[in-house]
Amino acid sequence: MITYILRRLNLLLLTLLILALASYWLVHAFPGDPVANLSGVSFITAEQKAYLDQYYHTDKSFLNQFIRYLELLWLGDWGKSFVSGQPLVDEIATFLPASIELGTYALILSLLFGIPLGFWAGIKHGKVSDYSILSFSLLGYSVPVFWLALLLILFFSLQLGWLPISGRISLLYDIPQETGFIVYDILASNIENKYEALVNAASHMLLPTISISIVTSTIIMKMTRHSVIEVLSSDYIRAAYAKGLTSRQVLLKHGLRNALLPIVPQVAMQFTTLLTNAMIVETIFSWPGVGNWLIQAIYQEDYPAIRAGMLAVSVLVVVFTVFIDLTHKVFDPKRMHHRRVKN
Amino acid sequence: MPKVESLNITIRPLLTALISSFLLFACGETNPINTEKTGLIYCSEGNPSTFNPQLATSGTTADASSYQIYDRLLEFDPETNKIVPGLASHWQVSKDGLTYTFTLRKEVHFHSTQFFKPTREFNADDVIFSMDRWRNWDHPYHDVSGGNYPYFASLELDNLIDAIYRVDSHKIKITLSKPDSSFLANLATDFAIVLSAEYGDFLLNKGTPELIDEHPIGTGPFQFIHHQKDRYIRYKKNANYWRDIPLVDQLIFDITPLSSLRLAKLMTGECDVLSLPAHSELEIIRERENLILDEKPGLNVGFWAFNTSRAPFDNIEVRKALAMAIDKSALVEAVYFGSAVKANGIVPPSSWAHQSDLQGTSYNPILAKELLKKNGIEDGFTLDIWAMPVERTYNPNAVMMAGLMQGFLKDVGVNVNIVSFEWNSFRRRLAEGNYDSILIGWSADNGDPDNFYRPLLSCPSIDSGTNRAKWCSPQFDELINEALTYSDERTRVALYQSANAIIADQIPLVPIAHAYRYQAYRSNVNDLVINPFGGIRFGGVYKQ
Repeated sequence: MITYILRRLNLLLLTLLILALASYWLVHAFPGDPVANLSGVSFITAEQKAYLDQYYHTDKSFLNQFIRYLELLWLGDWGKSFVSGQPLVDEIATFLPASIELGTYALILSLLFGIPLGFWAGIKHGKVSDYSILSFSLLGYSVPVFWLALLLILFFSLQLGWLPISGRISLLYDIPQETGFIVYDILASNIENKYEALVNAASHMLLPTISISIVTSTIIMKMTRHSVIEVLSSDYIRAAYAKGLTSRQVLLKHGLRNALLPIVPQVAMQFTTLLTNAMIVETIFSWPGVGNWLIQAIYQEDYPAIRAGMLAVSVLVVVFTVFIDLTHKVFDPKRMHHRRVKN
Repeated sequence: MPKVESLNITIRPLLTALISSFLLFACGETNPINTEKTGLIYCSEGNPSTFNPQLATSGTTADASSYQIYDRLLEFDPETNKIVPGLASHWQVSKDGLTYTFTLRKEVHFHSTQFFKPTREFNADDVIFSMDRWRNWDHPYHDVSGGNYPYFASLELDNLIDAIYRVDSHKIKITLSKPDSSFLANLATDFAIVLSAEYGDFLLNKGTPELIDEHPIGTGPFQFIHHQKDRYIRYKKNANYWRDIPLVDQLIFDITPLSSLRLAKLMTGECDVLSLPAHSELEIIRERENLILDEKPGLNVGFWAFNTSRAPFDNIEVRKALAMAIDKSALVEAVYFGSAVKANGIVPPSSWAHQSDLQGTSYNPILAKELLKKNGIEDGFTLDIWAMPVERTYNPNAVMMAGLMQGFLKDVGVNVNIVSFEWNSFRRRLAEGNYDSILIGWSADNGDPDNFYRPLLSCPSIDSGTNRAKWCSPQFDELINEALTYSDERTRVALYQSANAIIADQIPLVPIAHAYRYQAYRSNVNDLVINPFGGIRFGGVYKQ
């Protein structure tokens, strides 16, 4: 077990190192002076140049430069944005929580829809309701996220005028940023009309969350259905029926847990898909997240921001994936099962 | 397969809960709540480059600062276009037209904010400080934030003003070096705002003079609170405003570069007022019952300027050939959707100096091709057209127009490369001057025709950056300067007609269209008036 964890962590470190290397390569690959791309100072005087060369070790060997780059990454000095002149760490800390928040709500919504529907389809395997749920899932799975988002806007916002289409909350609410997670920030703020603000934030959240959760819902549904079908045809379920338990008892005691446990890690893995989809949807809903921010940075040729943003997002995804993988191994139901048998 | 009807019990309440939570959200939105009634959101098209309109000529900057944060000595009445009192309650002009005396209003307060608390009211020192900043090269604030005052520099107002005297705390006297019939009009433009001298001293002592343009203090109806780049600008009501007009508690500029998104936000009620509705979208606004569309003939011109400092565009015949190669009527039809008139000169029909018998270049691709060949421009010559990434009143879709021109110019053997960047990058690169030609335009800042001639084509305006053609003709400058010494309109018109003849002959730029000005807003917004010159005004606007 420990070897496995060490192996995974080793792989994580190596991946992170490669990501850092790739981002450092970007510094040189982007047009312009590498020192400018590192520091975010776009107009460099000779005096500044000497100082920055020394600071970033750009006058030394490549290995030396790269080690210094890693050191600065670790210390939180990621350079500044060409456009805003703000430290990139601060900018990312502002925008990344918005994306994570959107991804999290979408994941919760997908679970709320995907698991019950998948369960239902699994139980009704081979019947009309199974096929109709399955064909719905195929539809949901094949609809492009951005197109779905636009359709939702067209109907719920432009046609019916029910829901807003941009941002996280009406700009009239001045919510001071504490964590970057809007719901928490509203509750933590001292504004007068918290309830109105929450309703407003929720109405902003609805369409983006639905647009990205539909694809994930269908994936989770398929996984649940598959797992339920497998569990229901297993020997211990048959044995349970043979013992004379009612179908309700069999399902709740033996079916539910055994069908859900194997899909939990797979479901968690969907978070990374959600995050990437969130980044697409953000630009449509002007959601102030990291995806929207990155696209702006690309459009404005803000090289330091592109480099730091891509690094931050990829590191988040890699770390999250490895984390889920490890927790899965630690709480592996099969392993626990074996141990119980031995006892 | 086992029977599982009983599972219905677990799934059904869950679904009901989900659906009812959706309904709750939807209902919450339809009830207008207090915060949303006392605040106004304006969907603007871009980031202002500064909060001091003295430093820029862009309409976006003027919208975000001129009439919201500041006041001027004089104002234009948006209905009659006449000059009316602002911070100056009245004024006198001497008979020789050289001395102007202004009496200033009393009990006017500067904004008291978190970053600055004024200790005195507005007085003559503030006016002198504000004018000396751009006029006097030795002024401690002259070089702050770049030290470029494009509007004043293009009109050479710094040379025109001889001296400013403080008569007493609420009276100033300005003497001019020569009579100038457009002087008062210039003092009423977006750019002639009044800053706080006390705030200037305060920042100088702190060692951060540049904050005067980033954290602005003025006497205007709204106080600046915060600007988050690419997202919003937040203002709040100036509770001590000297004019007795209704003001909303909060004013917000929601920065939305995409025109279709601005319209969508107006439809969903996320914005109350819309900047620059696209001409293709006007019908949609007219059809909606809860939206209002106002229109007025605009004092503007959209044009295609050649960089005459570069070969081969320094050759008059090449410029003429290129001008003949494009069909202006087709451009006006396709890009403005009929809500503009074709331009033959630079002054629009709504100005008294408009010359109706002026002939523009006519569309003649065959002659154009011959002329190009004669001047050594062979087939396959490539020309850059810079096209603005944002809609302006004078050109709602420069990129589309450039695309159409690409087609016209292909017919005469010229390849077109369309260049476009994000608006601020675009303006920055434009200032570097490395372009062949550009689709841009001009909206007048005051009702005087001089406001077209001098900023667009005079020699001094090359340095101030408003002369995009980089064209300089001493003969032309002499004519337009002479026109200013007369206050009689007929004499001026004659001089301007001679100036028009020079432009028509030399073609530093090709005038394309004079567009109408539109303003769209939700029907619960009251008393929003189209300002024919320059920036939008939210003082006096209220929601029902």
